Amino acid sequence: MIAPVSITLMVNDEHVNAHVSPRTHLADFLRDHLGLTGTHLGCEHGVCGACTVRLDGDIVRGCLVLAVQADGAVVETIEGLSDSGEIADLQEAFRNRNALQCGYCTPGMLIAVQELLRQQSNPSRETIREHLSGNYCRCTGYHAIVDAVEATVRARNGANA
Amino acid sequence: MKASDFNYVCPSSVEEATSLLALHGDGAKVIAGGQSLVPALNLRLLAPEILIDIGRIGTLRYISVADGMVRIGALARHVDLLNSQEIAEHVPLLAEAITYVAHPAIRNRGTIGGNLAHADPASELPACMMALDAVMVISGPSGERRVAASEFFLGIYETALAPDELLIGLEIPVTAAGSRFYFHEFSRRNGDFAIAGLAAQANVRDGTVESLRLAYFAIGGRPTLAAHAAAKVARQPIGPAVIADAQSALAEDLEPHDDQQASSAMRLHLAKVLLERCMSDLVQDQEMKRKALQ
Amino acid sequence: MSGSADTPSGLSALDRPNSYIGRAVPRPNLTRLMQGRGQYVSDMTLPRMGHVVYVRSPYAHARILGIDSTDAKAMPGVIAVVTGAELAQVCTPWVGVLSHLKGLKSAPQYPIAVDRACWQGEAVAAVIATSRAIAEDAAEQVIVDYEELEPVTDMRTALDPETPVIHPDLGDNLAFERKLDAGEVDRAFAEADAVVDAEFVFGRHTGVTLESRSVLADWNAGEGRLTVYQGTQAPHMMQNIFAKHLSLEEAQVRVVCKDVGGSFGIKVHVYADEMATAALSKLLRRPVKFVADRIESFATDIHARDHRCYGKIGVMKDGTITAFEIDDLTGIGPYSMYPRTSAIEANQVVNLVGGPYTAQNYRARARVVFQNKNVTCQYRAVGHPIACSVTEGLVDLAARAIGMDPAEIRRRNLIQDDAYPCGSPSGLKFEALSHHAALNKLLAMMNYDALRVEQAELRQRGIYRGIGLASFIEVTNPSAAFYGVGGARISSQDGVTVRLDATGSVTCQTSITEQGQGSEAITAQVVATAIGVPMERVRVILGDTDNTPYGGGTWASRAAGIGGEAAWQAGKALRNNILAAAATILQADPATLDVVDGVVVDKGTTRQRIGLDEMARITYFRPDTLPPGFQAELMATRHFVPRQYPFAFTNGVQASWLEVDIETGFVTLLKHWVVEDCGTIINPQLVDEQIRGGVVQGLGPALYEHCRYDESGQLTNGNMADYLVPMAAEMPDIEVGHVVSPTLETELGAKGAGEAGTAGAAAAVANAVNDALSPFDVLITEIPLTPELILKELKRF
Repeated sequence: MIAPVSITLMVNDEHVNAHVSPRTHLADFLRDHLGLTGTHLGCEHGVCGACTVRLDGDIVRGCLVLAVQADGAVVETIEGLSDSGEIADLQEAFRNRNALQCGYCTPGMLIAVQELLRQQSNPSRETIREHLSGNYCRCTGYHAIVDAVEATVRARNGANA
Repeated sequence: MKASDFNYVCPSSVEEATSLLALHGDGAKVIAGGQSLVPALNLRLLAPEILIDIGRIGTLRYISVADGMVRIGALARHVDLLNSQEIAEHVPLLAEAITYVAHPAIRNRGTIGGNLAHADPASELPACMMALDAVMVISGPSGERRVAASEFFLGIYETALAPDELLIGLEIPVTAAGSRFYFHEFSRRNGDFAIAGLAAQANVRDGTVESLRLAYFAIGGRPTLAAHAAAKVARQPIGPAVIADAQSALAEDLEPHDDQQASSAMRLHLAKVLLERCMSDLVQDQEMKRKALQ
Repeated sequence: MSGSADTPSGLSALDRPNSYIGRAVPRPNLTRLMQGRGQYVSDMTLPRMGHVVYVRSPYAHARILGIDSTDAKAMPGVIAVVTGAELAQVCTPWVGVLSHLKGLKSAPQYPIAVDRACWQGEAVAAVIATSRAIAEDAAEQVIVDYEELEPVTDMRTALDPETPVIHPDLGDNLAFERKLDAGEVDRAFAEADAVVDAEFVFGRHTGVTLESRSVLADWNAGEGRLTVYQGTQAPHMMQNIFAKHLSLEEAQVRVVCKDVGGSFGIKVHVYADEMATAALSKLLRRPVKFVADRIESFATDIHARDHRCYGKIGVMKDGTITAFEIDDLTGIGPYSMYPRTSAIEANQVVNLVGGPYTAQNYRARARVVFQNKNVTCQYRAVGHPIACSVTEGLVDLAARAIGMDPAEIRRRNLIQDDAYPCGSPSGLKFEALSHHAALNKLLAMMNYDALRVEQAELRQRGIYRGIGLASFIEVTNPSAAFYGVGGARISSQDGVTVRLDATGSVTCQTSITEQGQGSEAITAQVVATAIGVPMERVRVILGDTDNTPYGGGTWASRAAGIGGEAAWQAGKALRNNILAAAATILQADPATLDVVDGVVVDKGTTRQRIGLDEMARITYFRPDTLPPGFQAELMATRHFVPRQYPFAFTNGVQASWLEVDIETGFVTLLKHWVVEDCGTIINPQLVDEQIRGGVVQGLGPALYEHCRYDESGQLTNGNMADYLVPMAAEMPDIEVGHVVSPTLETELGAKGAGEAGTAGAAAAVANAVNDALSPFDVLITEIPLTPELILKELKRF
């Protein structure tokens, strides 16, 4: 057995000290050590996007980052983004458009969308689809998700106008 | 599907990293962004004894332009290259190619050094290095050495790196004013590995193409410069007959492989289609294309 | 519209004041899921919980000569290593047959293979440890001695005499065969002006639910009770089966289904490794959790389709279709899946081919064979995509043979909208369908004629676009005819209990389940409407055998049609009980009262008389003030099952508009349209999203999804990088329209909508690709339509 390694990081604005096995990936660390089960596992080989979280401000695949690599980092998960209110309007748009069914992809999807909306003020449907092309949803067929993103874009642009 | 147990060490300098490599030999794997390595760990396709995480060696994270050379540190992430004005201006081929690499969350984490050292034959960036005549900067126990991209990629996941060496950066000559580029790949879905792809760089004068470098990827075990095909179009007015000639020559240049996505015959066919589309693109004005990247 | 007896005003039941029926009300459970605060089985932990990892056969067919787990057992953190023979002491085997599928046979299947593995991925031993990672470490140390046996992999040769018989006791590899001959098929072909045929090939694919199969079994030896937290579509079915095979009384088993990360039919079956997990919990007297990893999911989640179907059609010059004939062959793996069996899909193909059309001459044969690959079974739109692709492919071939437009030949052959009730040559009974209204609406939505002009213009410029149409029928609201009559203990009826709580809110328990379809939302809508309360005052409980009425669950597009009707009837019963209590309190005639927006009102004037909160307060806390002899019953239960029709058929039509790059073989989907008729629409948004999601689940197999096996029975692309699921960038926008023909069998009139999208999407795409390629004289009748397949047909290399 390999000895656990001590790490210190900020998760959703909370200081976290923990001992983790080097082989533990960030998504498992968040789920199993911190109980942040909103970060989901869909494939654990970096394809499905269900484990998408924010690491130092950028979205990453939680299953493709080792927890030890996040030592000293700032991590934000769906729980944190929900509680801060940062994506409240996006969540409302998803709700109104029924842009989720089983909801398993949704935390990752929302975090991925929010990155796009921070980078681009008026993305086309095609750009939205491309940006989300690493996030698998088996339920919706994506159309409703694209609609919900567009609705959020319109609302945010209207609010800023 | 959890990785096997491994030790972990996080050196703070290149020297420390290379001496760790020398110490641990075959049992060690270098991790940078981890976007290719961690899936292999999780799937237990690889079970190293120790991971050497070079991700905190700050000196390897840079993009600079000086003396006609673009210099990129091994830890520059795909997203850093994508957002770099210098890259867009001086090596637009690379800027365009990055948009084809995987997905935003992968590009935020994956590094160019990791990508190149991994040497996946279906990857876009090794081919770009060949087309751009880049040089790989390697550090090892006996100091630094430089290897041309065309000498660096040896086969599937195989490079000129010795087990105790580390790829620390790369140097790309600034592309000449007025030079043109072409990048395209055929992949089943956005962000997937390509079935066939082409990165090309050339100078075009009066409708003829000079110093054309055609670097194919996802065709055969490593990125390949199609020198015979390039020779067929050199200094010729571009037309159907010349292109057909060059397409025929691709059979001499490429050794396409078979896999579940495509047979070797289909890959050769797609290589020809890419060549035709490349040539017709190269003779077009590229102002719009360059602007879109900036 | 049905059910007008409910209100004297002549308004239908559904037009009650403040009705939620027909409104796009957001689902109440979404906020929780969006905040990452759902609870999926994979999220759960229990004290002393062990994690199980299964050692799986690397061979498609092998005898197990010995298992050495000495090293594995010695590893720190390992709780136990258990073999099939050991587990067989705790859990009895099963055989997946149904008596109404005459002749269907299968072999006993154990939770863990005992002496022989029959597909690559079948579990041969279980390793239980304190973490998944440690269990995986130990699984690598379990040494299994195999003797490789010759595998049966090609369904086409499975019945050949020289092919080994997988289960010698069964005599041959034929699991099931069905033949049908209706009308005068030979004469109809002889008299036809043109007869065309083709072989249609359907790749194996699978469901790829984003949350993999997950189960957490907790045998409490002190209570003598097994609680199974499981992502399942059918909790009561699982309760029965756990009890039966673990030798328990049903009352000793509780199945709890919390949030489920996608199902689509994947999670309605009895999986050996999930049974094993429950058995291990009993054996080890502690909670055991199994979460399939993605590689296990590909190797063991049921696969579907994998059919080769020869089809033939006769047509007159005026477009009249004279006959259909099919010969279908499918390989289902080494066992018929339990308890629904793996013969249903082929049986459905026989039932459904030609279904939308008037032709009465129809001959069919279906053969279902065993092979050493993963098991196949019912996955979303069972049989429909095959039947629809064969039928619609043949109809397009017929149109081409006589030079008729694809829309026109359908117009001339679809059953007329006023011809119902009627039947099909395969014996299906149609209550009311709307093929022509749907087709007309679709052609208008897509601007069919203008699109044809655009297509012709683009073709002049070397751009090859295609239009594909596909009409279909869909099986929904299954009665006992589906499984119950064959001996399966699968409920076809559903139950709903509603209770007025002390604050005037309503608690509703339903036997249907939620995996994202919106079961919870539509139940709340129906109950709120039936009682007359705001929807936010209705709390719906589902997915718990201890706490819901007995019922079937959510599958085969039954939740809205069957569970919805039970909810409606229960809600009405409670309203009547409320009115009786209110009338007693108000000393009024109950017939003069109604409940609107949570308040008892005078019918007609809607003058408010008493709030439900006040009424409940009196009933529960001051019953002493009510007249002697009056007992309020503020809880009501109703059940429902369709009796008149075995299935409520629905119909619809789809269209695909796409472009084929003839140099690369790549297909770009540009747009997709669907018009469907699911009867009364309870929530239009939920129906539309069922359709859209279903369409994309049909587009995936049409272009991308394929479980590829090599000749030795190895699954060669069982991961998410190599098995291509549809992603956002390649999927088109999908426009959805409706025609509404309610079923008269229920007051709500709702039929199902879950399969419609998947039923016709691949057929529309295949027809569109062939339409795009029509200048090249090629015909492709195989899916997935890969670039390689298209380029080969175009002879590009």
